Amino acid sequence: MNEIPLTHVLYVSTALFFIGMYGLFTRRNMITMLMSIELLLNSVNINFVAFNKYLYPDKLDGVFFTIFIITIAAAEAAVAIAIIINLYRSHKSIDVEDAAELKW
Amino acid sequence: MSASAIIFYAISAFVLGAGLLAVTTTKIFRSAIWLLFTLVGIAGLYFWMQVEFIAAVQIVVYVGGIVVLIIFSIFLTQESGKEMPKPKMSRIIFSVLATIFGFGFTYNLISNYAFPVANIKPFVVSVSEIGTQMLSTSEHGYILPFEVVSMLLLAAMIGCIVIAMKAPEQKPSETKASTEEKFDDVPPSSVVVIPTVSEPLLIIEEV
Repeated sequence: MNEIPLTHVLYVSTALFFIGMYGLFTRRNMITMLMSIELLLNSVNINFVAFNKYLYPDKLDGVFFTIFIITIAAAEAAVAIAIIINLYRSHKSIDVEDAAELKW
Repeated sequence: MSASAIIFYAISAFVLGAGLLAVTTTKIFRSAIWLLFTLVGIAGLYFWMQVEFIAAVQIVVYVGGIVVLIIFSIFLTQESGKEMPKPKMSRIIFSVLATIFGFGFTYNLISNYAFPVANIKPFVVSVSEIGTQMLSTSEHGYILPFEVVSMLLLAAMIGCIVIAMKAPEQKPSETKASTEEKFDDVPPSSVVVIPTVSEPLLIIEEV
C-alpha cells in the first residue's frame, strides 16, 4: 500500500481529468458531454480521497468533500437530463450546435 | 513490486482505458457502457484506498443512479444504434494538443512539488465517525453543508419536475382531440353505442 507514492494516484486522476476534457471538447452531443463532466467530477473525487489518505490520515475532510460532490453531481445530472429532454421536445435534436437560441 | 502495487496499476489502466473509450467511441450506447466500467473502476480504486464507504456510495449513486438515468435519456432522445458523426479533424487535433499540453503541465507541477511525507498512520474511515461528524454542530462539523445540500436536492427535484413537465395549456385540447380521434377510429360495425347512457359506453363484440 505505502509503496505507491501519492504522485502516482495524482497522475491517474490528472489523466482521467484530461480524458474527460478531451470528451468535452470533441463531443457535440449533450448526453456525451454530460458523461465527460461526470468523468471530470470523478477525477476530482479521487484527488480528494488520495490527499486525505496520504497527507491527513487522522481527519475526514476529503471524505466529506467527496460525499458532497457526489450528491451535487447527482442533482446536476438530473437537472441536465430534464433540460435535455425538454430541448429534444422542442428542437428534435440534442446537438449543442442546434441549440443556438435561448428561448424556443 | 508487491501485489498491492500491481492491483493499483491494473485498476488505473482499466479506468483510463475505459474512460478513453467512453469519450472516443462513436456509438452513444457503448459510450454509456464504457462510462459505467470507468465508474466501477473508480469504485475499485476507492476500495484499494480503503475507503469502503465512499466506494459503496460511488457504486450506488453513480452506477445505480446516474448511468441508468443517462441510459434512459439515450433511449428517450435518440436511436441508440445509430453512429454519431465523427468530430471534425481540426477539432480533434486542437483538442488533443490542448489536452496533452494541460496534462504535461500538470504532470510537471505534480512531479516537482515536494509533498510532505505522511506520518504513516493507518487511514481508517468508520461509517459511525462519518455520521457523527457530518451531523455535529461543533467547529469541525458538517451540519451546515448537509442542510444546504438537502435544500439543493429539494430544489433540483422540483426544478426537474417543472422543466420536464409538458406545457399545461396544450394539455386539455390535446387529450380531447385524441379521445375524439379514438371514437372516430373505431369501426362502426363492431361497436354498439347505447344512447340512453349519459357517457358513451362501448361494447366491443367478440368475433
